[in-house]
Amino acid sequence: MKELVVISGKGGTGKTSLVAALASLAENKVVCDTDVDAADLHLIMDPETRKESDFQSGHKAIIDRNRCTECGLCRDLCRWDAISTDFVVDDLECEGCGVCYYFCPEQAISFPLNTCGKWFISDSRFGPIVHARLGIAEENSGKLVTLVRQEGKKIAEEKGIDLIITDGPPGIGCPVIAALGGASAVLVVVEPTVSGKHDMERVVELSNFFKIPTMMCVNKFDLNPDTAEAMEEFGRERGVTIIGRIPFDQTFTRAMVQGKTIVEYDSTSRACDAVTELWKKLSVALYEL
Amino acid sequence: MIISIASGKGGTGKTTVATNLAVSIESGVQLLDCDVEEPNSHLFIKPSIEGTRIITTPVPEVNKQKCTLCGKCADICQFKAIVVIADTVLTFPEMCHSCGGCMEVCPEQAITETKRELGVIENGHRNALEFVHGRLRIGEAMSPPLIKKVREYTRADMLTIIDAPPGTSCPVIASMKNADFILLVTEPTPFGLNDLKLAVGAVRILGIPCGMVINRSDTGNDQVRQYAEKEKLPILMEIPFERRIAEAYSRGEMIVELYPEWKEKFRDMYNRIEESLQI
Repeated sequence: MKELVVISGKGGTGKTSLVAALASLAENKVVCDTDVDAADLHLIMDPETRKESDFQSGHKAIIDRNRCTECGLCRDLCRWDAISTDFVVDDLECEGCGVCYYFCPEQAISFPLNTCGKWFISDSRFGPIVHARLGIAEENSGKLVTLVRQEGKKIAEEKGIDLIITDGPPGIGCPVIAALGGASAVLVVVEPTVSGKHDMERVVELSNFFKIPTMMCVNKFDLNPDTAEAMEEFGRERGVTIIGRIPFDQTFTRAMVQGKTIVEYDSTSRACDAVTELWKKLSVALYEL
Repeated sequence: MIISIASGKGGTGKTTVATNLAVSIESGVQLLDCDVEEPNSHLFIKPSIEGTRIITTPVPEVNKQKCTLCGKCADICQFKAIVVIADTVLTFPEMCHSCGGCMEVCPEQAITETKRELGVIENGHRNALEFVHGRLRIGEAMSPPLIKKVREYTRADMLTIIDAPPGTSCPVIASMKNADFILLVTEPTPFGLNDLKLAVGAVRILGIPCGMVINRSDTGNDQVRQYAEKEKLPILMEIPFERRIAEAYSRGEMIVELYPEWKEKFRDMYNRIEESLQI
């Protein structure tokens, strides 16, 4: 069983649109959406929820004002200034470290488990999909990402499916690190811009740090072919396999508006040709891992 | 005044708006790039960097001579950053949230604090524009602590423009909290709308007034505009898709430098934001 994780560094390079297209082309696979902060893949996959679960992770401190003697120890200890002068915990600032709860002499602080999102196992016209939604302003996105991937693997094992395609989050922080751990291969989807190049360099360094076989595809490459070339060269120097290029094509947007993958919407488009070509190379590369 | 520029969805044009806005206002402006995972503003602003600081966070170090393996540190730790296994105590600095609990609870006072590097902060200028950004160390999981450090550079006597990261969770909250206004940059597509709703949700939790910029405004569909109308969110600017702008962006060029008529549009938007806050 192999898991391909699709990341980008920079946001908006086309990860989700490409994952949707691959979902159209790949025959037997489980799809995971780990962009739990701002999940979009379901807008194209149109999933039917089979199982919905609460995601509980971390704790938040709550002060019982009846028991509180306002001794101030919690305020002294809290490194996030999360406790106000009238002894109310600011949910957004509370890190869930439990120090105030542990040390309160009156045991006036409770420390309940935090429900901070939901995750779903669904069916779609492309097969099973595991996806999630982190609550707005919540933390612990890394843990939810890990959970989504674990559930994806379980389903793949149960159904004898060999391939998991995981739509990753942007950036290089905790959700991305959680998306990369244990991946069989990484596909970095980039755009040929100074921002895209800058961010690609950082995310490739992260992927190499985890020693995961890394592939790259320049999307919208014809917006700046010179920069596309320079990025591919950078990639090659760092052991990244250049797996394809996709031209800028507004068919992607039109397909998205219709809730379709580019393959479903217009299989004659240049972009669809490029994606199909990319999938051929990708499936060979995955097979050879 | 603090204006934070966020989006929900990545790639909608936050950095484009933040940098062009910053450069369109003659003086008294600072740009804080809080997208510390993938900072891009400097690529367009091209500031001369005057200072670099390494930013660290405290993590525990155990004096094994004093440690009695009582395990109280492991009990208090919510993040599995310190564990007692067999006859030894192990710390995992990467997991540590720097709460100080283990140090506080140790009956032998065997725990002191050492450091984990979060990243760097660089500051400088481009003419009168003050520039600050954070760059997260690659491999560092947590961006909010570094974002908070970047925000310490806020000067109350200036207009502070914050370039926020994409998403809606803790890094974005750290970039939006205590702002006077949040400018949400979106694209008129289903993905743009979906993530915009999440971003508006975050803004509402914070209770900060907001407005929108629609980028690539002549693409996609009309749902974002309909949503804006229904939610009474002011659309403060629309930037149509133009391949020449996309290509200029790809080269690190700013819209207001290539097409000076845009300077007035950005200035105008700022004036309208300022006015709306004075009411």
